[in-house]
Amino acid sequence: MTNAQFEIHLIASLVAIACAIPGTFLVLRKMAMISDAISHSILPGLVVGFFITQDLNSPWLILFAAITGVLTVVLVEKIQQTKLVKEDTAIGLVFPVLFSIGVILIAQYANDIHLDVDAVLLGELAFTPFDRVYYSEVDLGPKSLWVIGSILLLTLVLLFAFFKELKLSTFDAGLATSLGFSPLVIHYGLMSVASVTTVGAFDAVGAILVVALMIAPAASAYLLTTNLKKMLVLSSFFGVFSAIAGYWMAHALDASIAGSMTTMLGLVFLIVYLFAPAKGLFAVIYREKQQRSEVSLITFLLHLQNHSEPEERHVKHLNEHINWAKVRSKTVLNLALKNNMITIDHELVSLTPKGEEFTAKAIEYILTNEEGLIEDMKKDFFLFRG
Amino acid sequence: MEKIAVKIDDLTVAYNYKPVLWDIDLQIPEGVLMAIVGPNGAGKSTLIKSILGILKPIAGSVSIFGKPYKKQRKHVAYVPQKGSVDWDFPTTALDVVMMGTYGKLGWIKRPGVKQKKKALEALEKVGMLSFKGRQISQLSGGQQQRVFLARALVQDASIYFMDEPFQGVDATTEVAIINILKELRKAGKTVVVVHHDLQTVPEYFDWVTFLNVKKIATGPVKVIYHDDNLTKTYGINYKVSIQK
Repeated sequence: MTNAQFEIHLIASLVAIACAIPGTFLVLRKMAMISDAISHSILPGLVVGFFITQDLNSPWLILFAAITGVLTVVLVEKIQQTKLVKEDTAIGLVFPVLFSIGVILIAQYANDIHLDVDAVLLGELAFTPFDRVYYSEVDLGPKSLWVIGSILLLTLVLLFAFFKELKLSTFDAGLATSLGFSPLVIHYGLMSVASVTTVGAFDAVGAILVVALMIAPAASAYLLTTNLKKMLVLSSFFGVFSAIAGYWMAHALDASIAGSMTTMLGLVFLIVYLFAPAKGLFAVIYREKQQRSEVSLITFLLHLQNHSEPEERHVKHLNEHINWAKVRSKTVLNLALKNNMITIDHELVSLTPKGEEFTAKAIEYILTNEEGLIEDMKKDFFLFRG
Repeated sequence: MEKIAVKIDDLTVAYNYKPVLWDIDLQIPEGVLMAIVGPNGAGKSTLIKSILGILKPIAGSVSIFGKPYKKQRKHVAYVPQKGSVDWDFPTTALDVVMMGTYGKLGWIKRPGVKQKKKALEALEKVGMLSFKGRQISQLSGGQQQRVFLARALVQDASIYFMDEPFQGVDATTEVAIINILKELRKAGKTVVVVHHDLQTVPEYFDWVTFLNVKKIATGPVKVIYHDDNLTKTYGINYKVSIQK
């Protein structure tokens, strides 16, 4: 790996973490689309900032752009408060207008400088090592690294200081207010951080990847954990992983770096969505199938408990009595046998002592409206699950 | 005369210039277990939210033990409606209860061992200790309500406001909750509950406020809980058998 490649990895990783942190809270606050709005509408802020400072490297540019980001949020909220349109419509109204103003301003007045729409949308990560910071002839490293490093540091300091407040006002804004924390301050604080991060990341990865880096890692982490701290760590990890894997994918395919990173983020989410242990698609399908056969099994055992007459317990006629298809009856019968719940003697099915014990308990729970406890019982009684 | 816990004067609250509470004057004596009853849209939750500063009134004032709410936050605990939060939020029952301690901690300071101990005690009190590590979406409706109650208990307040704590809970939980509320009253606390089940008012509460955009009546259940006030509040003829 060359020095430039190492620097690109470092910048991409810092951008990924700096995006994952506000992104996690945006996802939990159901405000994911706001990041899309911010990332587009900071463009006019950048342009206006450039007109005033006449310097593309000025830190004031970041401030101007961040203010436009917060302004976007305010505009969206104001439009929404009229109750004439819903939030998503308000977002769809605000950011395209601001973004277009930025595009027109660039085309009209800033054609000759390094601010073009391509770079805005996709960033120029590959070129970041060339734009360096010098202190009296000493090379201090790429400018992007300093910018995003400072933003990440600021984000981390704020996160550690206000973690409790962020968590409380995200989960229960009403309680936060009544306890004397101002959810409004937290809200705009978060929006400011998201805006500043977007501007800082913009240069390196562009508007589209910023949105992807904020939302996709957080959404993937959300499916894997039930702990906010772990969710923050996991989404940072997914962001960094996708950024680095995306870089090498772009390297191998000779394709756009930002495009490859975004594709990786999409792939990571897809894999998590399919295979997450508790909330993943396959886990849910498996659990539903298991649930279905186990409920059938319990129904079947209860039927045996309730009916001592031989004709109700005959293997051949069981399906007619419970009104089940033959295949299903056979599956359930096998499951019951495997679990030692029943015996079959001369084609007549009877409960074993273990089966008796199980059904007696189950009936008791059903009668006392505590069906939930049957779930726990399964662990003790079932050798084989459905 | 007994001490007044909450004093509300000329309170008017509006949503988009449409008043949902008109000119409410209300005094809640210290140490009562009070139900606020009234039809849907009567402004019951709004009244509680205005007392707690969550909604800004367009007129009137609220004082808690003679001072504005902002100065008395630490003496007040709040249980919002269960539906007001996202139960899929990545957090555990214990963590939610710990949130009750945040008010006394103030900004930036983190909860520590002491806060955790209090939270565990509160969970035990509501019979939820064995669920402390459970993600909150994995709890039943009744269990979620108990967690909310535990969160209010750790606030160690003098006045408790609860918005429909019995909504969607099973009978066992309802009894468990009301027993804890009665215990609080015995300890001299003031408890204010938005309540829907008119049948249980005389059995659960000793004080009642009838509300329907305006205050209809307030006072001891034994004196004012009768068909007359119910009819005035709900606008139809109400017959409840009040067991005295």
